[in-house]
Amino acid sequence: MATATATANKKKSVVWDWLTTVDHKKLAILYLVAGTLFFVKAGLMALFIRIQLMVPENDFMTGQVFNELITMHGTIMLFLAVTPLIFGFMNFVIPLQIGARDVAFPFINALGFWIFFFGGLLLSMSWFFGGAPDAGWTAYVPLSTREYAGSGMDFYALGLQVSGFGTLISAINFIVTIINMRAPGMTMMRMPLFCWTGLVASILIVFAFTPLAAGLALLMLDRLFMGQFFTPDMGGNSILWAHIFWIFGHPEVYILVLPAFGIISEVVPAFSHKRLFGYTAMVFATIVIAFLSFMVWVHHMFTIGIGPITNSVFALATMTIAVPTGIKIFNWLFTMWGGKLVFNTAMLCAASFVPTFVLGGITGVMLSMAPVDYLYHDTYFVVAHFHYIIIGGIVFGLLAGLYYWYPKMFGHKLNETLGKIMFWLLYIGFHLTFFIQHILGLIGMPRRVYTYLGGQGWDTMNLVSSVGAFVMGAAIVVLVLNIVYSAFKSERITVSDPWNARTLEWATHTPIPEYNFAQTPQVRSLDPWFYEKVHGEGKMQPAEPLQDIHMPNGSILPFLMSLGLFIWGFGMIMINMDNPIVPPGVVIAIGFIMTFGTMVLHSKEDHGYHIPLEEVKKIEKEVG
Amino acid sequence: MSDELSKPFPKSAMTENERYELGRETRIQVVSFAFMIMLTIISFISVATETIPSGFVVPFILLLGTVQFALQLFYFMHLKDKDHGWPNAFFATGIVVTIPALIALILLLGETKW
Repeated sequence: MATATATANKKKSVVWDWLTTVDHKKLAILYLVAGTLFFVKAGLMALFIRIQLMVPENDFMTGQVFNELITMHGTIMLFLAVTPLIFGFMNFVIPLQIGARDVAFPFINALGFWIFFFGGLLLSMSWFFGGAPDAGWTAYVPLSTREYAGSGMDFYALGLQVSGFGTLISAINFIVTIINMRAPGMTMMRMPLFCWTGLVASILIVFAFTPLAAGLALLMLDRLFMGQFFTPDMGGNSILWAHIFWIFGHPEVYILVLPAFGIISEVVPAFSHKRLFGYTAMVFATIVIAFLSFMVWVHHMFTIGIGPITNSVFALATMTIAVPTGIKIFNWLFTMWGGKLVFNTAMLCAASFVPTFVLGGITGVMLSMAPVDYLYHDTYFVVAHFHYIIIGGIVFGLLAGLYYWYPKMFGHKLNETLGKIMFWLLYIGFHLTFFIQHILGLIGMPRRVYTYLGGQGWDTMNLVSSVGAFVMGAAIVVLVLNIVYSAFKSERITVSDPWNARTLEWATHTPIPEYNFAQTPQVRSLDPWFYEKVHGEGKMQPAEPLQDIHMPNGSILPFLMSLGLFIWGFGMIMINMDNPIVPPGVVIAIGFIMTFGTMVLHSKEDHGYHIPLEEVKKIEKEVG
Repeated sequence: MSDELSKPFPKSAMTENERYELGRETRIQVVSFAFMIMLTIISFISVATETIPSGFVVPFILLLGTVQFALQLFYFMHLKDKDHGWPNAFFATGIVVTIPALIALILLLGETKW
């Protein structure tokens, strides 16, 4: 006991504290910061792309650079920006919403973050070693084989492989947390919808990232070790890659959008001051969407020429997804109907999410019709469609979540005036950029072209689209300004529940103590915090006496283990480099020893430490 | 408190009944392991001896494989036990998701256009 508490009281420097933290709230902030950095990076790439396409026959960049930019824009946005941003919110909110002190495996949680981060770094290193990957984010073979793509593609295969491990283990951690760590009385059907969508998205990750890992491994074998899985001349099959990629790729869309649905399902009831309409139907719809997402991957490959029966089956399966999604849309509308609506920035984002997402969904049903898909395929219509889902759906969801949970995370609200300016800039800029791309696609502009000839009726529309992109960029600048401004000027929040919300995370103190809940709460209803405010004494009933609290020790091992994987991955990439200064085998060996060495070190027993009762009482008095 | 977690226990904390259950579980594991080895040997022999017509061998081995898969999951991985609802649900999900994908891949990668 004496030695254990000593580790807790030792003062750590700020940097060391953040590098070694296993606290889910701090890891959430790390995820948000890393995700934002990657988001800004990929956003800048988007601006460069739009500058290039602003006028016909522009020579702002070469076709090669353009290809690298579109590949990195897509890859970074999906794997390294939106996924960690969603994981950030899941990390922060899910343990609080289910009344837990931390996630099930705090060490794994930290490891998941650092592996993701180093995987992203590995992918980004490609810029300095012969150019980024340039085969599109789908990396279709034969474009991505060693014959046609440079070393950038090695960074793609290894970088995504490494960051995929991180995503996978974090997802397993969330599943275990949600199943095993719920507070007494928090049954599955009393869980807030964000936990449900988080759980379902994590399950999707487990089932979807495994085929991706397998596919990337095959691609790596083909590229680095003269494999022939995707080379038809040697008995391989290049269509196989497209199948594997989309068996992963389609669920990936739902991995990203389901947690956004969850955020909307939290924000809309909170600011309508009503319970969520049709909770059971929402849970059911989430599960049905998840199930269907594995049955529709061929709709990305209609024009590959698989055959009419297959195309019809997958077209029908795709159309059925509109049904559960429609259930969700109507439930949000009915939640708002007759509610006491408050339109602050979070609610503006959440409310505008609904019509914008419907637009993306409608074009999705249009695209699912196999015969007409021959018209839409690989045009700007598809680009417009998925940006309506990803920006109109996911980004608005994430922004709603940011403004909603910001006071709980950082102890102050974001400025509302700046927030509304950001919202309107983003909303107008977004529709300006992407609505017109529907028409561009329909009149025949193909996607992934780095320039085009004038006089085809595309010039004005492309200009409008580029202007819209800059308006969106301005919105993100306003958001960053808002975060900095609010950090200095905004009023500090000391109440636990600034929004008069409904779910359990608002029952914790602001700022949240390291252990979240001094006593595990007893949950008596759906929306437990609202129930206690109306029917109870205005605070959660405890489910256990006040006692010593068991906490996990921080550790630098996740960081070192991930660094080891990074070095290992980099060594693998060096195999294909023309004249590496250090032999690749040495680098691989260093990375291998580092990864497994830290694993051996971790097998030393570490039972964490206890926060003694007096300390807990003192902290409770300070923050309460 | 947490330091004591590393100390070994002086004697088993299990009751007489629990120990009996554990012994029974061990026997079941050994028997199912032997049975599975036997299944593997049978399938190996059925191919190696070339006495059975090939039209029969393929479905026969698939059948043995299914039996072995079920044994593996329910006996070795404890899916038959109480309080294994979640693992059962996840395995069922995995099977439901992978089987259509595998069948589709087998059908769709060939020369025939469906």
